[in-house]
Amino acid sequence: MRIGLFIPCYIDQFYPQVGIATLELLERLGCEVAYPLDQTCCGQPMANTGCEQDALATYRLFVSNFKDYDYIVTPSGSCAYHVRHHYDVLEQTPAVARVRERTLDLSEFLVDVLQVHSLEARFPFRVGIHQSCHGLRGLRLGQDTERVGNDFSKIKTLLRQVRDLELVELDRPDECCGFGGTFAIHEAAVSAKMGKDRLADHLRHGAEVITAGDMSCLMHLEGIIRRQQLPLRVMHLAEILNGAV
Amino acid sequence: MSKKSILRAIRQNQPQGPPLPDLPSFASDAPEPLAAFQAMVAAMGGQVAHAADFPDLGALVSAYFPGETSVASTVPGFPGNIPMQDIASPAELETVGLALIPAQWGVAENGAVWVSEKDSLFRVLPFIAQHLIVVLAKDRIVSNMHEAYQRVQIDETGFGVFIAGPSKTADIEQALVIGAQGARSFTVVLE
Amino acid sequence: MKHAQKATRFIADEPRTDWHDQALWFVRQKRDLAVHSVPEWESLRELASQIKLHTLANLAEYLEAFEAKAQANGVQVHWAANAEEHNRIVYGILQNAGVRKLVKSKSILTEECGLNDFLEANGIEVTDTDLGERIIQLRDEPPSHIVLPAIHLKKEEVGELFHQKLNTEKGATDPKYLTEAARHHLRERFLQADAALTGVNFAIAETGGVVVCTNEGNADMGVHLAPLQIHCMGLEKIIPRQADLGVFTRLLARSATGQPVTMFTSHCHRPKPGGAMHIVIVDNGRSEHLGRPDFRNALKCIRCGACMNTCPIYRRSGGHSYDVAVPGPIGSILSPGIDLKKHSDLPFASTLCGSCSDVCPVKIDIHEQLYKWRQIAAGEGHLPVVKKWGMALAGQVLSSPQAYNLAGKLARRALKILPRFMLYNPLNDWGKSRELPIAPAGSFKEWYRKNKMHEPE
Ligand code: SF4
Repeated sequence: MRIGLFIPCYIDQFYPQVGIATLELLERLGCEVAYPLDQTCCGQPMANTGCEQDALATYRLFVSNFKDYDYIVTPSGSCAYHVRHHYDVLEQTPAVARVRERTLDLSEFLVDVLQVHSLEARFPFRVGIHQSCHGLRGLRLGQDTERVGNDFSKIKTLLRQVRDLELVELDRPDECCGFGGTFAIHEAAVSAKMGKDRLADHLRHGAEVITAGDMSCLMHLEGIIRRQQLPLRVMHLAEILNGAV
Repeated sequence: MSKKSILRAIRQNQPQGPPLPDLPSFASDAPEPLAAFQAMVAAMGGQVAHAADFPDLGALVSAYFPGETSVASTVPGFPGNIPMQDIASPAELETVGLALIPAQWGVAENGAVWVSEKDSLFRVLPFIAQHLIVVLAKDRIVSNMHEAYQRVQIDETGFGVFIAGPSKTADIEQALVIGAQGARSFTVVLE
Repeated sequence: MKHAQKATRFIADEPRTDWHDQALWFVRQKRDLAVHSVPEWESLRELASQIKLHTLANLAEYLEAFEAKAQANGVQVHWAANAEEHNRIVYGILQNAGVRKLVKSKSILTEECGLNDFLEANGIEVTDTDLGERIIQLRDEPPSHIVLPAIHLKKEEVGELFHQKLNTEKGATDPKYLTEAARHHLRERFLQADAALTGVNFAIAETGGVVVCTNEGNADMGVHLAPLQIHCMGLEKIIPRQADLGVFTRLLARSATGQPVTMFTSHCHRPKPGGAMHIVIVDNGRSEHLGRPDFRNALKCIRCGACMNTCPIYRRSGGHSYDVAVPGPIGSILSPGIDLKKHSDLPFASTLCGSCSDVCPVKIDIHEQLYKWRQIAAGEGHLPVVKKWGMALAGQVLSSPQAYNLAGKLARRALKILPRFMLYNPLNDWGKSRELPIAPAGSFKEWYRKNKMHEPE
């Protein structure tokens, strides 16, 4: 089984440690992981701003980078969702169809494909989960509070395997953090307010660390944490699962 | 009249669609109807009275509304004290303190009862009265709205309504207030 | 003014924003409690969606069947192509009957058509009788929510308004007391009205009648007291069968306010003895919308308001920031179809979190449609120039690995070496309330080359 690792642009540039944790974790779990060097981005920033046309070349680059792997794994539910869902505007060649089918968020790859049951990780902190929307409602990585059905969460399934980690419950377990790509800039006031409110919820319940499957949400939340000097830090799920303290 | 052009535009733009689905009644999922109905009436801000606890309806009414002097009734055998046959226009009912009306069906999932124009004689009676009592047979309670719409014929008369409790509003800061424009209280008498 | 600006202004009062957010979140929570006690909830949503899709696919036939049935019931049916014709028809009916005083219950359609202003300009006294609607009518402002029209107001503001307009005690703010005052005021209006007008929640093709749902009973007080009753409906309100009401009544109130059903679910089929009943069927852009494959299923909407209550942006920006009769997520996918240029920013007033689509009782893919409207808005040139160029540039950089690697390096270097006042200049909207990420020593790609491929730096 050959895994193609996709490290989204903003992780590559600003959070290399998340890419490293993802790679190390996958390798520790016995995967053969390749990282195509010509990769850049999934194209979401342009498309979500209404400029899908400007994103097509980036989509094609993604497909040509990843068309030969058994799975494409990425530490970003949002990017995985974008590839799976919005690459429908490309001509559906076998390569495009294959890439769309096989691009998975890290947590679903670990739970559904590798079926990981025990992780060698310890993290002695109180952790609040930020359920990133595209992962939650786009990829259905868990049951959201809007729909009626059995409760499940792939992220929780994984975090429960981490020793000494205490999960905190939130008042609003799956409200959006307000990042939303370029929304964070053209609706800066609402975006920041949403982020502040999420952080207050985590603080109220004694979280020390906020984790998520998407670094973009965490980048936004971290920006507010640092500006307001709140006693919180953010860590990507991969970092915790990989045993970082 | 724009009817023709509207329908033409619609026909031009109408997509393909699925067939009309068959509707299950979801009845097996519903709990025991009589108990659930009583609980729901209370939850919706109404109350339940049992005819069996009183010698007759008159005694029940005086127990629940002592001193009420303006009683309009369409319940057979209980005339009240406002002669309904003399009412010429619905606005005359404005002074009604208490209305008694027979209801045809009750719905367990939400505590609603079905009342038609045939039951209330005047459409406005259940709304304009300060207080409302409906009289319902215990064996006429269905589990949910699917079953209710199987039993009721909505166009049997010119007007029919599911009433689930007293008139209420939460339009000022989401504070629940009972007695907005319609009846201030709602009592279901189970026979 | 655009949504983002109005929202910024709204949020400037942070305690009030929190209060508004919490009030609507409370409604969302009541909704959750109610729907999670119905095990078949998701089946109901699917059924409702299927019924609506089927109806939209056979809309002309159902409308004709509805009209024929209604006429056989003794109801006069009118068709209006647009808002203007709707207003003229209603005014014509009132004029014919010599009506001076009209009471109305909630109708988002008449809000959309601007009926009140039109009638008042023509000398008709119009009284909105839903308490929330009456409050905003007395304040001379539009509703901020389709189910909770006055949700943006505090009881102190209502108290002051009622003191001025209804002579309540100065400083009185008790909702019970204020509601009681409104009750007396509105009873008078009900008794004096020559005609009553309502919106329509459902129109049943099979029986030719309309269903109106209220909690206050105000629609019924109006309709059953006045000799003349008028019901105005958008043409998408039609459903095929009486039995379909079982599905929709179970979904509507639970989604709207968390009640198992509205207090009054009224079925009007024939005029009252000695009275007259009219139904006005309104198009106003709906038939055109039906022709937009990506967007037509927004016509499934039953106006429950759940997408507003759940929307984190709506809760923190208020209904008035959308500047349309139907605000919030559903408004943001309907309004661009009416006037794309004017409302081109609304599809962007969202993070595409998808909560609206999952809460919607008729399964409208709201956030997907927001995404698609963005493509159209940008394609037709409604993006600000900076954004448009920025995206074109981003597209070029991100499709070229070399350009991308270089740009990344430059950005990280800039983050490191630029002084704070340059990074956080007034043009940096990100930086107004957030720090930029701390630039790491190198990118992941650089790390990978060095550590995994053992390339020299
Ligand atoms: S779009 Fe859906 S959730 Fe929003 S008002 Fe319409 S029916 Fe309700």
